[in-house]
Amino acid sequence: MTATTAQTRPKRSLVSRIPLFEQVRSSIGLQRGMLIAGVVITGVFVLTAVFAPLLAPYGFAQLRSDGTPFGAQEAPNAEHLLGTTVGGYDVLSRVIWGAQTAILTIVVSVILSIFAGIFLGLVSGYIGGWLDRVLVVVCDAIYAFPSLLLAIVMSIVISGGRSDLFGGILAASISITVVFIPQYFRVIRAETVRIKSEAYVESAKVIGTRAPRIVFRHVLRNATRSLPLLLTLNSSEALLTLAGLGFLGFGIEPTAAAEWGYDLNKSLSDVTSGIWWTSLFPGLAIVLAVLGITLLGESLNDLADPRLRGRRAALDTGAPTPDNGAEPHGAGATGESIVADDASTADDEERVS
Amino acid sequence: MSAEITDAMTSESDIVSIVDLRVTFATDGGAVRAVDGVSIAVRPREIVAIVGESGSGKSVTAKSILGLVPSTATSSGSILLRSRDRSRTTDIVDASQNALRSLRGEDVAMVFQEPSTALNPVYTVGWQIAEGIRAHGSVSRKDAKKQAIDILRRVGIPDPETRVNYYPHQFSGGQKQRVVIAMALVLNPGLIVADEPTTALDVTVQAEILDLLRRLRDEFDTAIVLITHNMGVVADLADRVVVMYQGKVVEEADARTLFSSPQADYTKQLLAAVPHIGQGEARAAVRTQERLERDSSTTPVVVARDLVIEYPGRLGRGGFRAVNGVSFEIKEGEVLGLVGESGSGKTTIGRAIAGLSKVTGGSLSVLGREMLGIRERAFRSARVDIGFVFQDPASSFNPLLTIADCVAEPLVVHGRAADSRDARAQVDELLEAVQLPKAFGDRYPHELSGGQRQRASLARSIALRPKLLIADEPTSALDVSVQARVLELFTELQREFGFASLFISHDLAVVDLLADRIAVLYKGELVEEGTGAEVLGAPQHPYTQRLLASLPVPDPIDQQARREALHRLQAVDG
Repeated sequence: MTATTAQTRPKRSLVSRIPLFEQVRSSIGLQRGMLIAGVVITGVFVLTAVFAPLLAPYGFAQLRSDGTPFGAQEAPNAEHLLGTTVGGYDVLSRVIWGAQTAILTIVVSVILSIFAGIFLGLVSGYIGGWLDRVLVVVCDAIYAFPSLLLAIVMSIVISGGRSDLFGGILAASISITVVFIPQYFRVIRAETVRIKSEAYVESAKVIGTRAPRIVFRHVLRNATRSLPLLLTLNSSEALLTLAGLGFLGFGIEPTAAAEWGYDLNKSLSDVTSGIWWTSLFPGLAIVLAVLGITLLGESLNDLADPRLRGRRAALDTGAPTPDNGAEPHGAGATGESIVADDASTADDEERVS
Repeated sequence: MSAEITDAMTSESDIVSIVDLRVTFATDGGAVRAVDGVSIAVRPREIVAIVGESGSGKSVTAKSILGLVPSTATSSGSILLRSRDRSRTTDIVDASQNALRSLRGEDVAMVFQEPSTALNPVYTVGWQIAEGIRAHGSVSRKDAKKQAIDILRRVGIPDPETRVNYYPHQFSGGQKQRVVIAMALVLNPGLIVADEPTTALDVTVQAEILDLLRRLRDEFDTAIVLITHNMGVVADLADRVVVMYQGKVVEEADARTLFSSPQADYTKQLLAAVPHIGQGEARAAVRTQERLERDSSTTPVVVARDLVIEYPGRLGRGGFRAVNGVSFEIKEGEVLGLVGESGSGKTTIGRAIAGLSKVTGGSLSVLGREMLGIRERAFRSARVDIGFVFQDPASSFNPLLTIADCVAEPLVVHGRAADSRDARAQVDELLEAVQLPKAFGDRYPHELSGGQRQRASLARSIALRPKLLIADEPTSALDVSVQARVLELFTELQREFGFASLFISHDLAVVDLLADRIAVLYKGELVEEGTGAEVLGAPQHPYTQRLLASLPVPDPIDQQARREALHRLQAVDG
């Protein structure tokens, strides 16, 4: 690996610079399947949200077309492909519009939590001492707080429990933020503590670099390794909290936005009377969206870690050991470290494949 | 490889015969052939050393004997392993996992490099030895423990009845390696594969472990495959030597022949690169002379008086005194070599001078600033004049910055350049000074080899033309041949830039090569200080004498004489 890059660093083609393309190419077997499934599901989810106005046959709050009401609890038919709800909305349109609400919640909650979490983690991990101890205890305390309860409190505070679009999104996002900040904090703090004792941070200190420069130039960029996984996991949790709020009746009014949790709630009584389409499709939407994001995050995490990444078995092509250009004696050193790395993780590899 | 050798390889008496072994690894960059047509035979009661630098395939070859290659590797060829009584012969390359499991421990066992990671910290050593016994047949717990006590006694653990119940952390490094060897021996295998068994140990402990390995052959009739990069260890222990380079065997000979008349060019290079004690005396004399002529009124750059450095202990426990009452000074343009074992406090002193560790007592003056109780703010201006080279070149560079960015960092931090692009001309000059091509500036640290990285590290440390350079074991992570070139470069740079230097190392021969004066540390105290000729030629302190005698030299005949001298020394001590 190192040997070839040491000679000429091939310019990466335009195609390979598209995010995820490189990962898909370098993966094999089950890992590739998981990644592609994740990418496809998440892609469909995002596209649905973006193009909801074009895709949905009706508006999310539309009850009638051409002056005639849709009718309540209509079974799937040519006009309403997935039927209508007890309130007389078109199920397909509500499911499609719901993706938009879900994405908004994810974006708002991640933006609210990620910057604060990373900053606190860096400061706490790098400075240490009493500040670190206090922050860790506070974060532990927040962990003990059920996020759904917090979300309910938030939704009451923000809009008296009866939410419009932004009230509902904010309630879900803020409650999630409070729980997410400690997660980002934890991950970044642990990485910072590890990186703080790395030789390259010490060498920066010896040079006389000031602390802010060390933290942002040397620590931060090396500490963000596990963020993609956390990001995707948190996205799915944000989605679930929003749905949970809606299900409990603290969600967004159907006239303000489409929301899967609310639809599920309203379809509760339908289930016993044999009306399956009102609950099945919003439920499926939630499951698929969460599954897609989680698959994406998990497989990105596995692929980023050379110890968890599966590889094709080497074919003995009879090719000689790649020659190490500039320095024949030392260049092999990296070669062995690859080998040693593989050796130490043989068990992981077996587990994965 | 003539027909005659091939005949010898298939001989029934060999404990293991490797014929035309090829191992290929699947990596992200395609297939890499790590071992390429290697044939080696080991006879009973024979110690065969496989030497070569990192990446030569020596470890993979040896681990293949136990079938311990990772799942990303594919092997071809054959490895015929015979049990001690010749009752069974197995071809490891084709053997099933089950067959491999049953012969590991019984027919062949392994001694690992790092004894502290080879033992499980949460079980007693007795339990871990018994685990191996009970995995190979139904033995009662009591009998297994009895066997464990017996084997511990035979590898020289004092009071084994009590210590069988000790946990790994209660043993010293050398004793831990004895325990690991005991675990390998307990089922009495015909062959032991020892992968760098003494690399992690101090020189004096290394000598003891080498004695033990020699006893394995003499008392247990065990054959040993020894993997090492240390030619001194080879000279001390091996009967026969196999030299590997880039996956191929370049030379195979018995130890005395190899050292006295090496055939392959690579072997000659390898042997020439090994530093010897006594090489540095003439050079040091010349340098001292030059310096005296240049400037007779030199003021010391570093002065330590009764320096004490303590690490704070946990609650309720006293601190650990790493450095205890050490006094020395480093004059302008002088290289002081600091030698000692792990835990002797040598690195702590280096870190204290660079302001990375706190001084807790005595006095340490660096470039005219008193370090006792100094604040970072007050010391920052002095950092311009201090360079630091770290031990491990792999971790001392930020992996996300290019080499040029890393080398430019000191210039940018101290305002000599606006950013790394602005500093590029200076960076190119520096890279040239350490003999790296300019184009290397655009590479990332992982794209460089260990030696290249350490040279880049030197370039970074001299970027600000420091008056003092602290080098903390800069070559101990490098191969011998690479080490020789880095040391040469260091000498050249020192002559050109004229910085004073504290050169920290555990290797007496390396320090002898570079230092004007040598200071020997032992358990936090300075036991001896003087010029190379004084300290190494006529050591006064018994510890220095023992250290010197323990250092194996790359010459089997010479080494045998030294070994006997060491035994006499130990007999006097004990």
